[in-house]
Amino acid sequence: MAIHPPQSRVWWNEPVAKGELVWIAIAFVWGLIMFFMMIYWHYYGKQNLSSEVGRVDLAVYEQKVIDFTDAYTVREEGDTGVPVVKPPVGGDAYMLARTFEWWPILELEKGKTYRLHLSSVDLQHGFSLQPTNINIQVHPGLEHVVTVTPTEVGSFGVICNEYCGLGHHVMTGRIYVVEPGQGG
Amino acid sequence: MANTAVGTGVIGTLATKFRTCPATGLQVDLAAQRLIKANAVAAVVFLAIGGLFGLMVALTRWPAVHLLSSDMFYLVLTAHGLDVLLLWIIFFEMAVLYFASAVILSSRIAAPRWGWVAFALMVVGGVMTNVAVLQGDSSVMFTSYPPLQAQPHFYLGLILFAVGALIGCFIFLGTLVIAKEEKTYEGSIPLVTFGALTACIIAVFTIASGAIILIPTFLWSVGYISNIDTLTYKLVWWAMGHSSQQINVSAHVAIWYLIAAVTVGAKPLSEKVSRTAFLMYILFLQLASAHHLLVEPGLSSEWKIVNTSYMMYLAVMGSMIHGMTVPGSIEAAQRKNGFTRGVFEWLRKAPWSNPAFSGMFLSLVMFGFLGGISGVVLGTEQLNIMMHNTLYVPGHFHGTVVAGTTLAFMAVTYLVVPLIFQREIIWPKLAKWQPYLFGLGVAGISLFMMGAGTLGVSRRHWDNAFTDALLPYNYPDVASLMMGLNGLSAIMAATGGALYVVIVVGSILFGKKVDATNAVSALGPMPKKVVQEAVSKYGSAGTWHLPGTYVLVAIFFGSFVLYYFVNWKYLSELWPMQ
Repeated sequence: MAIHPPQSRVWWNEPVAKGELVWIAIAFVWGLIMFFMMIYWHYYGKQNLSSEVGRVDLAVYEQKVIDFTDAYTVREEGDTGVPVVKPPVGGDAYMLARTFEWWPILELEKGKTYRLHLSSVDLQHGFSLQPTNINIQVHPGLEHVVTVTPTEVGSFGVICNEYCGLGHHVMTGRIYVVEPGQGG
Repeated sequence: MANTAVGTGVIGTLATKFRTCPATGLQVDLAAQRLIKANAVAAVVFLAIGGLFGLMVALTRWPAVHLLSSDMFYLVLTAHGLDVLLLWIIFFEMAVLYFASAVILSSRIAAPRWGWVAFALMVVGGVMTNVAVLQGDSSVMFTSYPPLQAQPHFYLGLILFAVGALIGCFIFLGTLVIAKEEKTYEGSIPLVTFGALTACIIAVFTIASGAIILIPTFLWSVGYISNIDTLTYKLVWWAMGHSSQQINVSAHVAIWYLIAAVTVGAKPLSEKVSRTAFLMYILFLQLASAHHLLVEPGLSSEWKIVNTSYMMYLAVMGSMIHGMTVPGSIEAAQRKNGFTRGVFEWLRKAPWSNPAFSGMFLSLVMFGFLGGISGVVLGTEQLNIMMHNTLYVPGHFHGTVVAGTTLAFMAVTYLVVPLIFQREIIWPKLAKWQPYLFGLGVAGISLFMMGAGTLGVSRRHWDNAFTDALLPYNYPDVASLMMGLNGLSAIMAATGGALYVVIVVGSILFGKKVDATNAVSALGPMPKKVVQEAVSKYGSAGTWHLPGTYVLVAIFFGSFVLYYFVNWKYLSELWPMQ
């Protein structure tokens, strides 16, 4: 039994029965399939997280986002005072995470590709785009550039899903996606 | 109950007192027995506290109930993770290590006084970190990602606890040396002890990783270090955080084999295969840190792929092997017991009214289907982006750590109480239902959280309605339904958990004494043992035929493949990213 020493002293020479061998072979091959599936997707899939990233000083990143916002703000969101920024089509878009907001609001065009810059100026935060369900971790001091192409129009919530303190649950942001040539 | 004294050995010089276990004939070192009792009791105490916190978390996330204030919610959630994921499980594992070395090998335990030092450090550390959390200014979650900072005694408590656990690991290793030296067994160590050794080796790696990251973090919290790199912290912290889950896997797989052996007389189909599967854990599971870094900036895809797959899924292969050999060994034993009709008579006639067996089998099935499959999907590089930090993550690990590990530990308790505490289980009728109640509750928790996570609902979040947010967002309506069902499941699981605590504590205090007359019956209902000699002769290359097990693993494999590719289909519908 499993609580007794092996029956025969030389247990490592015992032949293994066929049923067990077949299952081991299946498990091994399945592991290889799953392993190569990830590599395959890098070549033929369209959803791969960018590895473009650089170290950035917190204040420098904050200034970049302010400059970006000053240049491309198209309106304010209701009476919230949060600017809605429409970056140039196909260009760089910036979002900044800090306790407890995602800033500013972006307005993107459907089917166009943007270089979305994400970073934090204090703690770690989460970028959770809903209901699309794209979730990316955000670190202070690391500027992550994600190339993304929205495929549907609408209003999308950006939820912080990395716990960042007692106001974590009010930390949200927004991205609008409009038809090409509209909005603004 | 014969007490004998033996002389001195390579480690320690104290004369050792033994008793002979009337059920198994094993020589039980009384010093080891006392240590097992102390660690098991501490484990159950922290399970009771942490489980209650867990119920409060679930009831707060149920929108119709929304029990706690936000401050209390984050505090209680931090304490929940600490008490059940760390304290309950590691205390219990210390008991398992001492049991699998000293008791199973009929050996005296190495350095029992150090065992008490270890126990004291773990208690002091555990209490200290709990105090830090309950004081209210260390609500940093169990993971305590910097720059979020807790009070220094939060980290100090964890360090003390880890040092204690490390001492316990070395006592286990020392006991193996003594048993070998004093020839208390012949040949190789039993498979259960081998599994515990796997757990111990991974534990040493894990605790070392914990020390490497928690000591600088402690120094940072008291101001000696100005900065902790956030990415390095996560990498090293998860070498502790995730690898410690592999201690659990090794320990609970060892317990599956143990319970199968005791209740139906199962013998490993092949020692070689089962041991190699454990070896896969040692070789590859440490790479799991990557599971938490798949949507992190600053790491290459090559690194992510190799690490997240445990080097081409070789450790997953280990678990899949156990997933077949454990039910396979039960089927083989049951067929020897005479249940040979059809494909599944062996399973229908298994001792389902014995909570040790039913808990073990539910743990096996749910660990595979809920925790295992979801874990592989979650740990796939590209798929992770649809689930990272959503409720899918706790959904997954409640399938592994609660339905898998905790349920297996509960199940083995029904054997430990009569064997080590030498008491009968009080209220056997109620005990019979306990694993089902707890197991089904946890299955619900796991499934409904995964469901909510698939809808995007964030984990560790107080307000699904975003009431106070400047820019509110509404999750799909069905998400609220999921959270309600999760709350109901949590009530069910908590009831099962409370029942476990009451039965165990009640049995230890008021259970009928176990002696030679009731030693076997105290272990609960079992099939008639044709087993004893039949199965002990069972060779691995025998002409066995296990149709039932083949059907079970075929169902498992089919579900696995289907669910895996369904998720790739979902991914392909996501916004293109490069």
